Amino acid sequence: MAENHPVGFQWVMEAKRRGAKVLHVDPRFTRTSAVSDVHVPIRAGSDIAFLGGLINHVLTNGLDFREYVLAYTNASAIVREEFRDTEDLGGLFSGFDRETATYSHDSWKYEGADPGSDHYTDQQSDQETDQDAATSRAEAAGSGGPRVHSKPHRDETLQHPRCVYQVLKRHFARYTPEMVQEVCGVSPDQLQEVADTLVANSGRERTTALVYAVGWTHHSTGVQIIRAGAILQLLLGNIGRPGGGILAARGHASIQGSTDIPTLYNILPGYLPMPHASQHQSLDEWVRTDEGAAGFWGNIRDYAVSLLTAWWGDAATADNDFCFDYLPKLTGDHGSYRTVLDQVEGKVAGYFLVGENPAVGSSNGRLQRFGLANLDWLVVRDLQLIESATFWKNGPEIETGELKTEEIGTEVFFMPAATHVEKKGTFTNTQRLLQWRHQAVEPPQDCRSDLWFYHELGKRMRARLAGSEDPRDRPLLDLTWDYPEEGAHGDPDAEVVLREINGTGPDGSALSSYTQLTSDGSTRCGCWIYCGVYADETNQAARRKPGQEQDWVALEWGWAWPANRRHLYNRASADPDGKPWSERKAYVWWDDEQQRWTGHDVPDFIADRHPHHEPPEGASGPDAIGGSDPFIMMTDGKAWLYAPAGVTDGPMPTHYEPPESPVSNPLHPHQQHNPARRAYPHELNARNPDLAEAFPYVFTTYRLTEHHTAGAMSRTLPYLSELQPEFFCEVSPALAAERGLEHLGWATITSARTAIEARVLVTERMRPLRAGGQVVHQVGLPYHWGPNGHSTGDAANDLVNVTVDPNVHIQDKVGTCDIRPGRRPRGEALRSHVADHRLRAGMATEEQAWARHREQQAEQSGEDEVAESEAEDPHDDEQGSNQ
Amino acid sequence: MGVRTFVEGWPAFRQLSGTDPLGRGRAARSARTDALVARTAQADRVVDSICPYCAVGCGQKVYVKDEQVVQIEGDPASPISRGRLCPKGSASKQLVTSPSRVTKVRYRAPHGTEWQDLDLETAMDMITDRVLAARRSHWQSEDEGRRVNRTTGIASLGGATLDNEENYLMKKLYTAMGAVQIENQARI
Amino acid sequence: MSNRLSGPLHDVSGEAGYDGHPERVGFFTDTSVCIGCKACEVACKEWNFVPEDGLLLTGMSYDNTQQLDANSWRHVAFIEQAAPVRTTALGMPTVGPPDGSAVTLPPAVGDGDVPADLGTGPQTGDEGDRGVRWLMSSDVCKHCTHAACLDVCPTGALFRTEFGTVVVQEDICNGCGYCVPACPYGVIDQRKEDGRAFKCTMCYDRLGAGQQPACAKACPTESIQFGPLDELRERAHQRVERLHEQGIDEARLYGEDPDDGVGGDGAFFLLLDDPEVYGLPPDPVVTTRDLPSMWRHVGAAAMTLAGGALLSFVGRRR
Repeated sequence: MAENHPVGFQWVMEAKRRGAKVLHVDPRFTRTSAVSDVHVPIRAGSDIAFLGGLINHVLTNGLDFREYVLAYTNASAIVREEFRDTEDLGGLFSGFDRETATYSHDSWKYEGADPGSDHYTDQQSDQETDQDAATSRAEAAGSGGPRVHSKPHRDETLQHPRCVYQVLKRHFARYTPEMVQEVCGVSPDQLQEVADTLVANSGRERTTALVYAVGWTHHSTGVQIIRAGAILQLLLGNIGRPGGGILAARGHASIQGSTDIPTLYNILPGYLPMPHASQHQSLDEWVRTDEGAAGFWGNIRDYAVSLLTAWWGDAATADNDFCFDYLPKLTGDHGSYRTVLDQVEGKVAGYFLVGENPAVGSSNGRLQRFGLANLDWLVVRDLQLIESATFWKNGPEIETGELKTEEIGTEVFFMPAATHVEKKGTFTNTQRLLQWRHQAVEPPQDCRSDLWFYHELGKRMRARLAGSEDPRDRPLLDLTWDYPEEGAHGDPDAEVVLREINGTGPDGSALSSYTQLTSDGSTRCGCWIYCGVYADETNQAARRKPGQEQDWVALEWGWAWPANRRHLYNRASADPDGKPWSERKAYVWWDDEQQRWTGHDVPDFIADRHPHHEPPEGASGPDAIGGSDPFIMMTDGKAWLYAPAGVTDGPMPTHYEPPESPVSNPLHPHQQHNPARRAYPHELNARNPDLAEAFPYVFTTYRLTEHHTAGAMSRTLPYLSELQPEFFCEVSPALAAERGLEHLGWATITSARTAIEARVLVTERMRPLRAGGQVVHQVGLPYHWGPNGHSTGDAANDLVNVTVDPNVHIQDKVGTCDIRPGRRPRGEALRSHVADHRLRAGMATEEQAWARHREQQAEQSGEDEVAESEAEDPHDDEQGSNQ
Repeated sequence: MGVRTFVEGWPAFRQLSGTDPLGRGRAARSARTDALVARTAQADRVVDSICPYCAVGCGQKVYVKDEQVVQIEGDPASPISRGRLCPKGSASKQLVTSPSRVTKVRYRAPHGTEWQDLDLETAMDMITDRVLAARRSHWQSEDEGRRVNRTTGIASLGGATLDNEENYLMKKLYTAMGAVQIENQARI
Repeated sequence: MSNRLSGPLHDVSGEAGYDGHPERVGFFTDTSVCIGCKACEVACKEWNFVPEDGLLLTGMSYDNTQQLDANSWRHVAFIEQAAPVRTTALGMPTVGPPDGSAVTLPPAVGDGDVPADLGTGPQTGDEGDRGVRWLMSSDVCKHCTHAACLDVCPTGALFRTEFGTVVVQEDICNGCGYCVPACPYGVIDQRKEDGRAFKCTMCYDRLGAGQQPACAKACPTESIQFGPLDELRERAHQRVERLHEQGIDEARLYGEDPDDGVGGDGAFFLLLDDPEVYGLPPDPVVTTRDLPSMWRHVGAAAMTLAGGALLSFVGRRR
């Protein structure tokens, strides 16, 4: 956190001054470790085992915050008899379909739940899209939980063998200190110290916060790692309480905003799912699965209709399903990596890159560049000439001769962008806070804001299509696209856009809360969770009442969704009776006199719902929320220690090895990887075989304080470049000795994808670990570099194989590699070098793999059916290039 | 400058006549030193902004003089950052005033070996043409008998460094044109 | 006159001819909370238009700035030291758990050496492997009470401000370079292009506008604190006391003592190891300390010379 979010880290230092203990778990010793009380070096990708060890410690010793766990979690819910754990099935949960590598969730459900209410299986007749539809749903849970029956059978004594508490306890029983040591390379002493510290700092009087970043998310088990963190925090009573929580320290100025108002394929603003062709051919079908469920997500029809009316205005009427049909439908994975593979195959004509540099910033840069080289046209909007704009001129494949500039047909438009001071608008920061930026100056020359660009593009498209009778063009022609323009370049007024996002009522005035939204077409709202940001016709995100003039919650600085609540689920900061768990930790509470919830923050609860309120039988939506159900977006009002639905790869986290690992899974010897992971088998995306001697070391990519992501905003600047002027790798003295690497010398690092070179820093901050019965060496790779800019170097992401988490399609950043002293070969010799490694690992060379690929394609065009049925494990496919 | 002023401005004179006999302080001040004023104090306007790098969301003050950004520093009023910035945030002025920033449209024709100039207006028209053509050529009304009404010819990647308003217009326009392969850094 | 060149000096600004001047200000850099982010380096450069100092991967941990010079007025040093694996606490400031029991720290690792019991062989991935301690410290011009650079400057380019700080006037400096060897810390340096000397001004222009220096303002963790020197000294003593209470015995102040060789620094530090570990001279002395006695000798020599000359004249007359 000190490394990548130094200014946020000031609060950790402040807490430390007041007596907080700071524990840092990370494969490398970072600037955070330097000022932490404890640093625990861990093998990259073994986080679930570590967290599982802590969970086991809590459960085995009965150290959980029992009152909290009983009242606010699903610990007492009884799970169906059919459910089988990974402990029973050698690493698989019940319901796994080997053919599609997906789970059916039927057996995971609560006992007593109405099977008809579950949408995970009964609506997915189409097997081939199961995984994708599930992904879409899983992400839709970004603002709410998937639907379950709100009244499962319960055992408040937690003794029933099938109650969640006992199921969980059995599931984690083998995560002993010894197992943690075997998997993570963490000593029992260190685990014990962390466990003791967490337990001592949790309960009525104290809380513990977990902070993570892409060290948790960038794994093929990423969602389950976060789930493990959540389980631990729930057991210790650390969710919804001040000083508690799980904080995602996100890496881009508005990466939260770009998820809330998603430029993502599978969701619409406010986490409404993009309609899926096999399930959603009407508005009713689209909202059916969630409508009427307990909690605020049950009002999905109001949010959905208001979005449609915001976009298609008067054209959207009840008679035409509010233009539901104007929404394009998904049929499968349209994610970034799938799209890149389609680009390689020549299936995608045009590509917009908007402040994004996949040629060095995405996994497997080589794959990315082959995709870019096979487009008809490419629009790059950025501040500098990034690698993704110049791949045709100076990409690594030009050097190896695999691509020739003259043969690349991609037409490239570089459209210079405006900086953050040359436009106005809101960023949503990592704590859901919207903050408005005023415009300071006009952008120079051809530089324009993205707001201008897309508004202008839309205007021009609409002008060309004006008068078209083609029904395909209706969505564009009926689109509400009349934004007032201002400034020297005719930028659309961002404040008007924000007001549209906020939403308006029947009289055209700005709404103040999403509870005002209706499904009759009379309200319009571009993103229901942002409703209120323009309450009282005032840009609430622009509020800047100095922190010094406010209390510590600072409700009058910016605006947080939802409803300006700064701390989600804060009803849990009070006990079931509505009283603070302790005076020290008072945050929101029930005021008996006023008969309302009150406190330091905006209560994340129905303001006048008495703590002892019991919802009437058959109630739906918000009416079904009980007075002691703090988790108002969950359909049962409880936080889930066990997820009976909604997580595609299991109701509980389980340790699996990363897609590439030098270690055999010590926990489940017969299930090496996440069985539900999504692999992208392709010649350009070959995976290093498990335990391959040719690739004996673990690599993990990361950031440095001095640089930003793929580097376009940092290695182009002299003042940042000089602080970390060159790409380097970090290795321990032991690995340096083993491979003959010299400090400040060069190293060539090789995977099945390619080889890159880096200067070597030999440092004690990297430490070998003993795991899986062997010494594991880890190579650290900051991923900020590429061939362009002021400070240059090879791109670490070129090494990374694309295998993604099945829930959210985020790639695993951990892999295996070889490392040797010296610079990498140049030209064709580079490919021979890689081919040699592949042969030694028992894989086909890329050339052979391509030939086979072409053969297969030829065959396939003849007989379409054959392909998949022979494979027993769908992931065997990924070995296709490995033979 | 009269002779008297000149003489009085002469350090040795000030040294001998003033309270700084060793000439190491007041007497040594140059005219430039006397005239020195912080450019933050001379700005035409100070604009509230937010740091464009990571997601902490530190408050920034942008100082503008003669329509040029002359300084960017932390906003002490922010309850998040309390005026502080990391090295990247502190380099924000260099980010926006960088001489290596490209401010003109650059165009690479298919199979071209060099960049070419292209005016913005033409570029926008050409892009509009390309988008409409790709939308048509890759249009899918149905997929295996199910209505999909979409185009698979246009993909987009980006958004995490953009404003909410920008992401909103992007998603709105892409969805209306039927493009579905819309992604951003949140998944990468 | 002797106390104007060495020893404690209560009123540096008054001494420099400023009547009714503001309080003397300075930096207290508390390295125990430094996270090595280098915001200070960048903020300084942005404000003062200091040029890039070259792209060089030094291999000195994450320190690619190397030293203070004409183009780096703040420099964050990174020191990696072998240390016992910390299962209780790091060699960084911390406070005890809520029950008040103090945390035991590993012994101070002096001079960057590995203590004998740690061994120096390669780590094996087994228990008992060494850990590492990573010290970070943002160095800067000390703005000495007795600033030799200023004392030797023949042009008056270096001067003492009303805030008690030491600043180079770039319109006066003629690049003679006398100040460079005079600095006991090796801070001031000439730019290659024109030979003029540059160093930290403590953002003199900002001070005039009532603003704090750019580095202190940016510093995320308040490692760099700016303020009236007297206040900073008091705060620093309290901080050391607190760290000592927590068992961090190696915490000590550097450059704070008015009785030291430079009469105390306007920019002083809290260190967690010996100054040499951070690349700081252990006992800096103002290079002009002996100037008065030197002048006496020079005077005597001159008298002798003059006397000799006179005698020769006399002799000639004779």
